[in-house]
Amino acid sequence: MLSLTWFLALSAILFAIGTIGVLTRKNAIVIFMSVELMLNAVNLTLVAFSSFMGDIHGQILVFFSLCVAAAEAAVGLAIVIAIFRNNLTVDITKIKLLRW
Amino acid sequence: MVTYIFFVLATLAIASALATIMSRSTVNSALFLVLNMVTLAGVYLLLKAQFLAIIQILVYAGAIMVLFLFVIMLLNVDDEETVFSKKTFRNAFGFLLGGVIMAQLLYAVAGYTGVLPDISSEMTYVGTVEAIGNTMFTEYLFPFEVTAILLTVAVVGALFIAQRNPKSQN
Repeated sequence: MLSLTWFLALSAILFAIGTIGVLTRKNAIVIFMSVELMLNAVNLTLVAFSSFMGDIHGQILVFFSLCVAAAEAAVGLAIVIAIFRNNLTVDITKIKLLRW
Repeated sequence: MVTYIFFVLATLAIASALATIMSRSTVNSALFLVLNMVTLAGVYLLLKAQFLAIIQILVYAGAIMVLFLFVIMLLNVDDEETVFSKKTFRNAFGFLLGGVIMAQLLYAVAGYTGVLPDISSEMTYVGTVEAIGNTMFTEYLFPFEVTAILLTVAVVGALFIAQRNPKSQN
């Protein structure tokens, strides 16, 4: 059987890929998907620790984090729609309401 | 056997994550993200967390990604012409920071290799629906009820934010 290290390494790599996506992409929806990627990576860490230590509380925490992710996706996409309605773009370099 | 399955799933997960952030079309990104979620559900199954594997597919790959796809189709977003081809300061900084974060996390994990716990004998029954329900509806009953309020507030808020502003229409 594998050791815990492999699962943590996979999680670290996925988290870093999500970070790169957030920092380099311009499309607001893709940035949002990268955030979901990072959330998933952290969930993987929680599940791995929970399984390896035989402690169920980590998996309960992942369940709640899934609930929050669902709420966040609904509100975030509503904000994206509102921005698109005002600016006719989701390119974050072209949205200049709070910038000079 | 488990080791081979893990490495196949891990490779698929990393490849689909890279494809998510690198593909030009937003729809392709979303579909690769679905693949990433499904492979992660497979990894959860390897960790004997059956309940979370099912929830991962139902909630993430099912509900959240369908929401994403609906919004993408609704907005009819143009494809980005240049994803990583332009060598801008922004891209270089993003890759640098991502690399630093990955190096830090891997260094931290590698430093604790000897200290990390071995497989617990309770692992086989900790992730079942029965065990999770038992804890969730006794010890975590109040937080569980609060998530209902959270989801209701999120839906009402999303409707309010996304609705057409009546004043700007006339």
